[in-house]
Formats: sequence, C-alpha cells, structure tokens
Amino acid sequence: MAILIVFLYYPVFETFRLSLYRVAFLGLKKTFVGFANFSELFHNPDYIHSVLVTLVVTTTVVIGGLGISLAISVLANQKIRGARVYRLLLIWPYAISPAIAGVVWLFLFSPGYGIVNYLLSLTFHITPNWLGDPFLAVFIIIVASIWKNLGYNVAFYLAALQNLNTDVLEAALIDGASHWRRFWSVTFPLLSPITFFLLITNITYAFFDIFPIVDVMTKGGPFNATNILIYNLYREGFEYYRTGSAAAQSLILFFGVVVLTLIQFRTSGRRVHYEGA
Amino acid sequence: MRRKPLKTLFTHLLLISIVFIVASPMLVAFFKSTQDRSQVFSYPPVLGFGSVEAMVNNYSRAWAQYHIGIYMKNSLIVSVAVTVAKTLLSMLAGLAIVYFDFPLKAPIFYFILFTLMMPTEIMIIALFNLVSDLGLGNTYAALIFPFMASATGVFLFRQHFSSIPPDLADAARVDGAGPLRFLWSVLLPLSWNVIGAFALIQFIYMWNQYLWPLVIIRETSRQVIQVGLKSTMTAMEATDWGLVMAAVILAMIPPLIVFALLQEQFTRGFVLAREK
Repeated sequence: MAILIVFLYYPVFETFRLSLYRVAFLGLKKTFVGFANFSELFHNPDYIHSVLVTLVVTTTVVIGGLGISLAISVLANQKIRGARVYRLLLIWPYAISPAIAGVVWLFLFSPGYGIVNYLLSLTFHITPNWLGDPFLAVFIIIVASIWKNLGYNVAFYLAALQNLNTDVLEAALIDGASHWRRFWSVTFPLLSPITFFLLITNITYAFFDIFPIVDVMTKGGPFNATNILIYNLYREGFEYYRTGSAAAQSLILFFGVVVLTLIQFRTSGRRVHYEGA
Repeated sequence: MRRKPLKTLFTHLLLISIVFIVASPMLVAFFKSTQDRSQVFSYPPVLGFGSVEAMVNNYSRAWAQYHIGIYMKNSLIVSVAVTVAKTLLSMLAGLAIVYFDFPLKAPIFYFILFTLMMPTEIMIIALFNLVSDLGLGNTYAALIFPFMASATGVFLFRQHFSSIPPDLADAARVDGAGPLRFLWSVLLPLSWNVIGAFALIQFIYMWNQYLWPLVIIRETSRQVIQVGLKSTMTAMEATDWGLVMAAVILAMIPPLIVFALLQEQFTRGFVLAREK
C-alpha cells in the first residue's frame, strides 16, 4: 500500500502540479505559469502535427491489426488436422518485443542491403528510401507495429472463437446461410465483446507501447513524420528538459486514457448482461 | 458433414504461408546472426545458414563485448521479481476484495482499479523526479517498484475468485482455516491456470520494458536488454548486423522459454476468464 501511494498516487499528483509550472534548466527555478503550458501546446503547430500523426498511426494499427488477426483466427479455428500446432505457430510472436520488432524491420527495410528493397528492385525496379521519406517512414512504423501485436490479438481471438456458442452457428448452417453470411451475421456480432476489449488494448498499444519501434527505426523523423505523442513527450522531457511542457503533455494523454478507461468500464458492465442473456 | 479435400488442402496451404510470412522476419534475423560480415552485407542478399564459426563469433561478441549477458541478467532479475511480487499482491488483493467485508469496499475497489490502469509512461516525468530524489537512479529498485501493482491482476483474480463457490470458503471457515491457509490449500490449486496466464503476461511485459529503463538507468551494469539492444547498433552503415541479430535472438530466448512453459495455462486461463 505504501508503495502504491509513493510510486503511483504521488507521481500522478506531481504531474498535475508540474504541468502548471515552467521549470528552468536543471530544475533550479520553478515559476508558476498556470495553464500557459497547455495553451502553448495547442498553439504549437508541431504539437498539433504530433497529435495528427498519432491519430493516423493509431487508427491504421488498430483497424489493420484487428482485421488481419480476426481473419487469421477464423482461418485457424477450422476443424483441420494439426490445428493445435497452427495455433501455437500463430501466437508465439507474442513473445517478440517492440524493440526487437524495430531492429529487425529496420534491417529488412534498409535501403542498401535490405531484403525488401532487393525484392522490389527485382519485381518493380524500384528501391525506395524507406526511412528518408516521411510517408514511407510512417508506413513501415505501422507495418512493424501491426506485425508485433499479431500474436497477442490472435491469441485472444482464437480463445474467443473456441468459446463461441455453436448452437447459433449450427442453426444458421441448417438455414443454408453461406460462409460469408454466417460470419457477418452470427460470428462477428458474437465476437463483439472481445473485439471491443482488443480495441481498447490496441489503442493503448499504439499510443504508448510502440515507442521502442519509433525510437529504434526513425527517432521521430524524418521531419517529425513519425513523431507520435509519447515520443514527443520523451523528447521534451528528457532531451530538451522542458519539464512543465512534458508534464502538460502527460496530462493530455492521461485524459485520453481516462476516457478510454471509462468506456471500458461501462461496456464491460454491459458485457456481463450480454453473455448472461 | 461431407469433407471437401480440396478446400482443406487450400486452408492448410494458406495457414502454412501465413505462419511463414509472420515468422519470416525472425527467420531472417536468425540466418543473419549466423553469417559473417561479407555474407551479411552481400548484394543480392544471402539467406540461409552461414557458418558455425561466424555464428559463434557473433554470439560470443554480442554476449561479452556488447554486454548482452549483463543486460539479460538484469532483465531477468527485474522481470522475475516483478512477476512474483505482482502475482502475489494481486492474489492477496483479489482475496481481500472477494472474501472480506470492509467499509467503502466498492468505491475503494474502483478507485484502486482506476488509478492502476494509468500506464506508467504517463507519469514518467514525475516518476523520474521522484526516483532521482530518492537516490534510486541506476538501481534495480527503480526498475521494480513502479511496476509492482497491477489493475489487470487485481481484476483478474477478483473475477476468478468470485467464480469459485462460496461454500468452499464457508467449509474452510468451519474447519477453522484462516484466510491464508484457505488461499494456500483451496484457492491456489484451483487457480493455476489464471496464475500461469497472468505470470506469462507480466513476465513478457517486464522483459519488454523500454522507455522507463531508457530514462532512469544510465549505467551499463544496470541496463536492461531492450535498451541494450539499441546500443549494439552504432552508426547506420557501420552497424555489424550479424552481431545485432545475434543479440536479437538471444533476447528472444527467455520470453520464448516462459511462453513454451506457460502457453497451455495462457490459453486455458483466458478461456476460464471468459467463461465466467
């Protein structure tokens, strides 16, 4: 309990307080500035840009990641021989860390000796400079982030699929519904609780946990193209030592998480009803 | 139902190619870790096993010269400590919430849960000041304490415990067993799947920590593996990728071992959690 208070509640409180101050270099002088840190942020085009980058990355990583994972899980959930082996081979990437994902994809996409560019030059005669181009850099960050989280998402989707109530599916089968129809009108709605849970965890993932991928591959560049909010916060706080501004940025993220948490609480309450019915 | 062999074959082929595509980056990493410099940088790229000598050379240099051994030892200490402490604390908290009545139970539960859900990254600035002021910079304590409490754990164990029939608790009370004894001899045997699943998630979560160690640890002797990985990559073109990939493969081994040991509980623990 003491640890809780010291390492949890105090930092949260302290973050609130710091966000209202301007701290001089090395923390020698603290000046109360009210909400100036916040208003500066909202007037700073770089920060707005960072917000937009985060939204684009998050949306693509979440929707792309969940879509691919669901498709893979449905495929692997069929009654075929070796289903257990396939399951295992599909969820082991859960053990991969974001930093490893960053290192490996950096190598795969390196302009000089990367395998991706070699294949592209063979097939399309192009050798894009992945890390030098703002658009392409965002693209490979997204690809690496989706890949890293596949194991996690597939693990949850497979567990949910195996727990599905098969009566409804059989009824639909007897009614002669096609594969496609069965999936969209029976399986998909039944999966909605787990999809919602994964939606929240994946948003948190794209907000915070892909930091190492960005740090290893692009360092927020080129031209801030991949400067997601958490990376911006890190740079302000630990490279430029603008503690007040960094604390204000933490708070903005904090409120984002609060909203997400509230949504999660409300819907997980509804989920119980849903399953009990 | 009539089997359609062609369709089954197609499913197999599709699954095999998906497994292969998903695993291919790590396969490339492994092959590169066994090649010497000329093979690593050859163009067109060479895939496939290099040589045993090159492999030994890459791995031993990563381990000793680039301190991967030290980083892994540090990560192991921190991850095991946090996993054990977190599991115990979450179980006790879950137990308290389900089996004891105290005033304001529900509000306290939701308050704890709510604050615990905040990712550590959010309060990193204040946490950094606090830990530095306490003089804990560059220590294991700095890496362990901020991660000891877990909302997921409390929530998971509360859910699991409340699915266990309360008759058991009454029976234990009649037999004169105290709460800890009840936990040890009744709840524990019924909870291995949940414990296993939770421990796996926490171990991998801690093993993968990056941002916090990056800012709070300044000494090689205390740094963790994920941040250490970055230090094997020097300036872009001069990076010795064979060695870097050897470090990557080494860093994958402990989480994969834990995964292999606990994957059964991992999948079953989820099933349980969702059956409730």
